[in-house]
Order: sequence, then structure tokens, then C-alpha cells
Amino acid sequence: MSGTYVGMPSFPDAAHRATRDKQLRANLTRATHTIRDKRARAVAELEDWEGLRQAGKAIKDETLAHLDDYLLQLEAKVTEAGGIVHWARDADEANRIVTELIRATGQTEVVKVKSMATQEIGLNEHLAAEGISAYETDLAELIVQLGDDLPSHILVPAIHKNRTEIRDIFNRAMGHWGRPAPEGLTDTPADLAEAARLHLREKFLRAKVAVSGANFMVAETGTLVVLESEGNGRMCLTLPETLISVVGIEKIVPTWRDLEVFLQLLPRSSTAERMNPYTTTWTGVRDGDGPKQFHLVLLDNGRTQTLADEVGRQALRCIRCSACLNVCPVYERAGGHAYGSAYPGPIGAILTPQLRGIATDLDRSLPYASSLCGACFEACPVAIDIPEVLVHLRAKVTEDAKEHGGHRLERTAMRAATYAMTHPAAYRTAEAAAVRARKLIPKKVPFGAGKAWTETRDLPELPPQTFRQWWKETHR
Amino acid sequence: MRIALFVTCVNDVAFPSTGIATVRLLERLGVEVAFPEAQTCCGQMQYNTGYPAEAAQPAAKFARDFAGYDAVVVPSGSCGAFIRDVHPKLVEGAVPPVYELTEYLLDVLGVEQVGAYFPHKVAYHPTCHSSRLLKVGDRPTRLLRAVEGLELVELPGAAECCGFGGTFSVKNPDVSAAMGADKVTHAVESGAEYLVAADNSCLMHIGGTARRSAAPLKTIHLAEILASTVEKVLA
Repeated sequence: MSGTYVGMPSFPDAAHRATRDKQLRANLTRATHTIRDKRARAVAELEDWEGLRQAGKAIKDETLAHLDDYLLQLEAKVTEAGGIVHWARDADEANRIVTELIRATGQTEVVKVKSMATQEIGLNEHLAAEGISAYETDLAELIVQLGDDLPSHILVPAIHKNRTEIRDIFNRAMGHWGRPAPEGLTDTPADLAEAARLHLREKFLRAKVAVSGANFMVAETGTLVVLESEGNGRMCLTLPETLISVVGIEKIVPTWRDLEVFLQLLPRSSTAERMNPYTTTWTGVRDGDGPKQFHLVLLDNGRTQTLADEVGRQALRCIRCSACLNVCPVYERAGGHAYGSAYPGPIGAILTPQLRGIATDLDRSLPYASSLCGACFEACPVAIDIPEVLVHLRAKVTEDAKEHGGHRLERTAMRAATYAMTHPAAYRTAEAAAVRARKLIPKKVPFGAGKAWTETRDLPELPPQTFRQWWKETHR
Repeated sequence: MRIALFVTCVNDVAFPSTGIATVRLLERLGVEVAFPEAQTCCGQMQYNTGYPAEAAQPAAKFARDFAGYDAVVVPSGSCGAFIRDVHPKLVEGAVPPVYELTEYLLDVLGVEQVGAYFPHKVAYHPTCHSSRLLKVGDRPTRLLRAVEGLELVELPGAAECCGFGGTFSVKNPDVSAAMGADKVTHAVESGAEYLVAADNSCLMHIGGTARRSAAPLKTIHLAEILASTVEKVLA
């Protein structure tokens, strides 16, 4: 499996390739516009959508403000119910804990419920290196895994593939991982779903260990919640003997009552459904029902440091619905892989550089992967002001560059512009010079940033007179 | 009421016709417009590129240059939104009250019919900052519908960003260009001769894309359509 995000190119470089891939562009445009339109209709059905949105925001903010208390409450309740809680500071620690828990069962295979947290820490790759096979059971995750590919969307990880591409992947790869694709497989959705069903059924019935994430954790009872559409998650959560759930510490809600808000916000925002088809909840263990052992791995991995940032912490409200991806014009053109992490799109552009820091070119480029159009903020069901955080993180990137001697040209240009803008005489001189030299300014600039701009666009011709000059002639 | 025009730096140098149209339009409606000549720029470029300290200087200067006016009118949704939303975070003390042109016409002057004449087929592009930050809503289209001779046509995917985004167009040229190309395609599909918006920076990007691809599309600022009359048809 490939499946690593290390050493990815910076966003503009990755996007350069993606924007030239016609098939990818067509797949993405078609898929995002379909979900976008359906979602708009589902949201419009609710008269109190804005109220729900503000309630979701308020619950998450209150929870984050007292996160330590709620986490301790959750730990006590999970333990009381017969579960075992583990705390993981970072990806390495989480991967090590999960590996040891699986080893203790004597198994070398696990089934997985689609989970962003385990993608974030690269669990599958880690387990593979330790000789443990992790089988994804979500249909789209299965497609990505069989295709030796990376997910490119939070909700629809295989959004970048069309049906014919999926059929070819099934034909090529299913046999290496278990039951091969049926003879004469077509690319109709029903046929593809049946092939996946047959392939996966064997795994569900064989597996002794399952690994999941969770959409929510309820502090008052120690209950975990997964929302899904296919039922594969419920198979994983109920059939195996051991269940290991890896969950980010921000996924907590104080009470069951709070779920009322999120069980409305999440399905409508992500799948454009009034209610998701399967909601599974589990609390510890019980004799004769479900897994005999339950482990909860609580994952920090940069969340505490994100919480410390007053502007950036709102990213932790995210409920991973992917509405921001589906409305984002940049995501639509660049595709999910360009963001170089488990979290693509606008939320990824603010979450990833906060969780991972801004030490790499890729992570420094992410806050700039937006035209600040604001469609993401408008769509976000928990009202994360993504443009505000993007600009905040850009300031962190330039501040960091100042300390390390980077962005020299840009900083000089910004300072020069600022000088001209705050000294009217200098401003008028610069203006007059530009107007005088207007015949010399080419529509196409052969070097530097101007080259990139003018490869596809003409610069406007400067008029012979500025507004200021016209004003002087006519109004003084 | 003392009214000042903030023309914006882009309009001053590259699109003076927009500033001129704004003045002619307001004067035709009986408004006495002042132009504080010390004015320069709002600092949005620095702020959005990650230089808040550099943006604070022009922001403070803006507050000084326009202090004492009852209203500042700006023919740019983007600069208007920036001054209103961000200047209070950058500048201590009072920030002058800013109206984007269509807000001023409808909310302050209360005119929808400005006596304009523009005999062309036009599509309106609601720029992101006009619609999502300023929330100008249907003000521009109400003004356009009242223009004599003008045929307003539907723009497919109107609410989608054109891809300019200030320095975004320089830092992410490929994505920016792809977004611009789609915007031009949609505008051409609409059958409009002119694509109109209330932000010249977006129009510069869309117009530049149309010219390079030789698309049959002209771009024009809303103020110029509203200033156009039977006696003097602009464009």
C-alpha cells in the first residue's frame, strides 16, 4: 500500500498536475455538484437550520472550553462499563497501543470501520509494517485500498474515481485480498455493490478484531456513536470479539441530549439525507452481546496545541461532514490528494497545519490554498469561520518565515507597497510612473509571479490618466 | 451629510473610469462628493497575504483620511467588506462608516431607478466578498433591472468564485486560471455581451481570461452601467 503523506509536494505543485487531469476534473465536478445541490435542498427543508447551526457551534465551544473535565468523566464512565481507556499523545503512541492490543489477541487480521482518525495517524500502513492486515470495509475505502491509492474526500474517499475505473480495480485487486470479483462484472452500481458485499461478507464473518473511530463520544454515559450509510460499520462493531476505537479527544459531547443537534446537522450536511441509515452506539461491554473486549484510544496528536490557539481552535468544532469540500471551488479543481493529508479541502487547509505544524513546504502552502471566497464558512454546519483561520495561519507562516529568513522577496514587496500606501507623495509618484510606463507594460510577463499570472490571462492596459488626475482637472 | 469617495488603489490606477462613473452618478443624483486626496489603499492585500502588521498602517491612515465624513462610498465590495470587517481589529478608535455603492444608493439615498440607459445584454456576477461578506443581496440586480434598455440574463454558477482572490491568483495560478476559465465559459453560455460586477479586481481577472482566450465577452463595472445615460451611453 502506498498511503503515506510524507514528502508530498506543496499544494500549488500538486494542483498543477490535478488541474491538467481532465478525467479527474470531470469526476470531481460531477460528484461535488451533485452532493452540493442535494445538500442545499436537504438544508432548505429545515426552517431552523441557522438556529441548529448556532446550537452546534455553542455545544462544541462549551465542550472545548472544559475539555479536560469531560474527558475525565468519559474515562470514568467507559471504565465503569467495562471498557479500557488508553491515552495517546501522538500518532506513534496511538499506533503502538493499537498494535499491542491486536497482538494480545493473537490475530493478524482486523476489519476496519471507516475512520478519519486512523487515516490521520497512518494506522493501516503501520499495521502492515508489523505484519497485521487491516481490511477497510466502507465501500469507498475498500475501493481506495484495493486501488493502492489514497482517499481524496472525507465522506467519499473514492470521489476521484468513476464507475468504470472502480470495476477495473475490483477485477484487478479483489483476488489478491480475498474473494475475487465475480466473472463478467459490469460497471452498474448494483453489480459493483454486490461484488463488494460478497468480498466483504467473508471478512466480517472471519474477523475476531475490529478497529473503528467514532463520530461522537457521550461523556455522561461513556457511549461511542458511529453514523454510517452502508451497515458495514455495524457488522464490524457487533460481530468481532475485540473492538478497538481510536477517537480524537475533540469528538466528545457532554450529554445524549446534545446528540439531538448533531444527528440533524451531520447527515444533512454530509450525505444530504434527513437521517443517516445506520446509527450505532456502544457503551463498554456486556455478556452475550457484542464484543467481549472494548478499548478506547483517545488521540491528541496536535489537538491540545490547536486548542491553545484562540483563533484556530474553532477548527476542533469540525464534525467531518465534508460540506466545505463539496462547495469549495479550489477543492473541485485541485482534488483531495493535493492537500497531502487525511483532511482535504478547506477544513484540511486549516486543520492539517495546526495539527502537524508548519515545518514542511506542504504544510506552509495549505493556508494559501484558498481564494477566501467564503463558500466553506457559509456551508459549515458548526459555523467554523474557515477564511478567518486561513488568514490567521498565513500570518503565522509569514512570521515563521521572518524568523527563518524565508519569503524575502514577498516581505520586501509588501513593505514597499505599505510604504507607498502610507506616504501619499510616494504613492502618487509610483502611480504616475506606472501610467507613464503603461506602453512598456506587456500583457504577458515573461518571468516570476507575473509569468504565472499572464500565462492564461492578459494584464489590463493602464489608462493614460489616473482617477486622481481626472479629479484634479474636473473638480479643483 | 458629508460624503467622501474612496476610489480604491486598483480603480485609481487601472480602472479610473469606474471612479469617474461613480462621481458622475452620485452628482447626477444630487450628492456632493468629496475626494480626500491623501487617500491610498485599504491594506487588504497585505492582510490577506499574512502581513497584519503591514496592513495596520494603511488601515490607520484610512481612518485619518476619512475622519469627519458622515459616509464613505466605495465602488468595491471587497474593499468595503475589508474596511468594515477587519479595520476595527487593526485600528484603535473609530473607523469611518463605509457603504459599498449599491448599499449607499438603495439604503441611504433610497433610489432604485437612477435614470440609467444601457442598451445591452448583461449578466451579473455576484463577487464573493459582495455577496458573502457584505451581503449586498439583490441590491445590484434591483438596480440593473431598473436600467432602461438593459436585458439582464441568468449567469450559470453565478455564486461560484471567479478565482482571483488577490494574491491567490499569483500563489496558486493553475487553480485560479481553471476557475477563471469556467467563469468565462459560464458567462459566454449566458449569452451576455457584458459581464457586470461591483469589483474591478475580479473583473480584471475574468476580463483578462476572456481576452486571452478571445471569448466574446466584455467586462464592466456596475457603476459605469448606472452612470450611462441616453445622452451619453458609456462603453
